[in-house]
Amino acid sequence: MKLTLTLNGVRRTDEVAADTTLFSYLRDRGCLSVKCGCETSNCGLCTVWLEGKPVLSCSVPALRAQGKSVTTLEGLQEEAAQFGAYLADEGAEQCGYCSPGFVMNVLSMVRELDNPTDEEIKEYLAGNLCRCTGYQGQLRAIRRYLQEKGGAK
Amino acid sequence: MYTARNYVVAASPEEAWELNQKKANAILGGGCWLRLGRRRYDTLIDLSGLSLDEIRLEGDTISLGAMVTLRQVETSPLLRESFGDYFSRCTRHIVGVQFRNCATVGGSVAARFGFSDPVTALLPLGCQVELVKAGRIPLEQYAAMPYDRDVLTHIHIPLPKYGRPVYESVRNTQTDLPVLTCAVAREENGLAAALGGRSGRPSLLRGADRDGLVEQAMKLSYVDNLRAGADYRRHLAKVLLNRACAQLEGGEQL
Ligand SMILES: Cc1cc2nc3c(=O)[nH]c(=O)nc-3n(C[C@H](O)[C@H](O)[C@H](O)COP(=O)(O)OP(=O)(O)OC[C@H]3O[C@@H](n4cnc5c(N)ncnc54)[C@H](O)[C@@H]3O)c2cc1C
Ligand code: FES
Ligand code: FES
Repeated sequence: MKLTLTLNGVRRTDEVAADTTLFSYLRDRGCLSVKCGCETSNCGLCTVWLEGKPVLSCSVPALRAQGKSVTTLEGLQEEAAQFGAYLADEGAEQCGYCSPGFVMNVLSMVRELDNPTDEEIKEYLAGNLCRCTGYQGQLRAIRRYLQEKGGAK
Repeated sequence: MYTARNYVVAASPEEAWELNQKKANAILGGGCWLRLGRRRYDTLIDLSGLSLDEIRLEGDTISLGAMVTLRQVETSPLLRESFGDYFSRCTRHIVGVQFRNCATVGGSVAARFGFSDPVTALLPLGCQVELVKAGRIPLEQYAAMPYDRDVLTHIHIPLPKYGRPVYESVRNTQTDLPVLTCAVAREENGLAAALGGRSGRPSLLRGADRDGLVEQAMKLSYVDNLRAGADYRRHLAKVLLNRACAQLEGGEQL
């Protein structure tokens, strides 16, 4: 079936099967930042934006993106690198496997919440699991990132 | 993950219903739950072309289209205006923001999971569900019905007449399924409450007062499973009903 969407700012049309997930579609188009970390819709690693909102690409059928815009980490490189530097400075990552989904969700949180409290940050990011760390480094990195960017937005 | 041969964006609710009469086909809500299974579908029926993603005020009722996401329910200014934080309390702990941007209220209500936060929250409010064939029926009836192949299009929530309802739930850990869910609302002649995560589907209780609800809740059956024992759940039922009623009675936070 035909799927037309805008991927990281570029409009394209592809042939996809009825049961292709957005996740597989994106991997096959070279968006290798997008990873699948669970079989149960709850790790958050596969997070991408659909019409600017974070979604689980493992659960969304590719055909749901018909006519819509999809953004992956590949489309946000500069911003991702900026925030990534804060993560590195805080020694937040161990294996780093959870980072792509985490960074996607942090960048959408920054757009959605104004000056979030720690509680709000934790709640917004609760759906991003990290199996190595205790999230403390990530939280420090987010606080510093928000501070130095002058709050959110 | 499931497999499917065809994908149809239904052009009308009737078309969705026709397609859904075939056992090999399925309605696709957010796909978050369907994705856990390994079924082979013939056709996935997508309702996203039917403008069912809106939350609307119609007279003294708020109508949710079946494709409204749990995140929309959580953040809707319209729901917040009438219900305060009730609808954010019953959705905010469901996995994460990304999940709630996908999962739909229609999929959640149609699935009628025993642990369902949204079904628990909607039950004591006197809601109606709208189905393509059965038309409008009380949610109370729908929640207890065996699964059939009708298609849910809307949930109609009457505006609260006797004060805001209260929602409480307990989880062992953030983002996990709830161990117990509890919602209490005032009605004309007393209180209506729902308890989920017990055993079977969430059920509705009615009582003249707090003690009446607790007494009934103690007679219900509770499941023993990996998340909690039956006795603990029964105990929680009492605690959550008491907390919710205390808040209803005087804004008291326990
Ligand atoms: C990891 C995980 C954790 C969860 N945790 C919680 C939790 O803590 N609390 C909670 O309440 N829920 C929880 N859920 C359930 C979740 O909130 C949704 O209820 C569930 O994903 C179904 O919504 P969906 O839109 O994804 O439906 P789908 O997966 O698309 O569909 C679910 C079922 O409903 C049918 N269906 C969908 N829409 C309709 C319709 N309009 N008419 C008729 N049938 C329809 C489908 O055919 C399917 O059988 C969890 C789910 C998962 C996967
Ligand atoms: S891969 Fe785990 S939620 Fe999508
Ligand atoms: S750093 Fe290894 S999973 Fe997060």
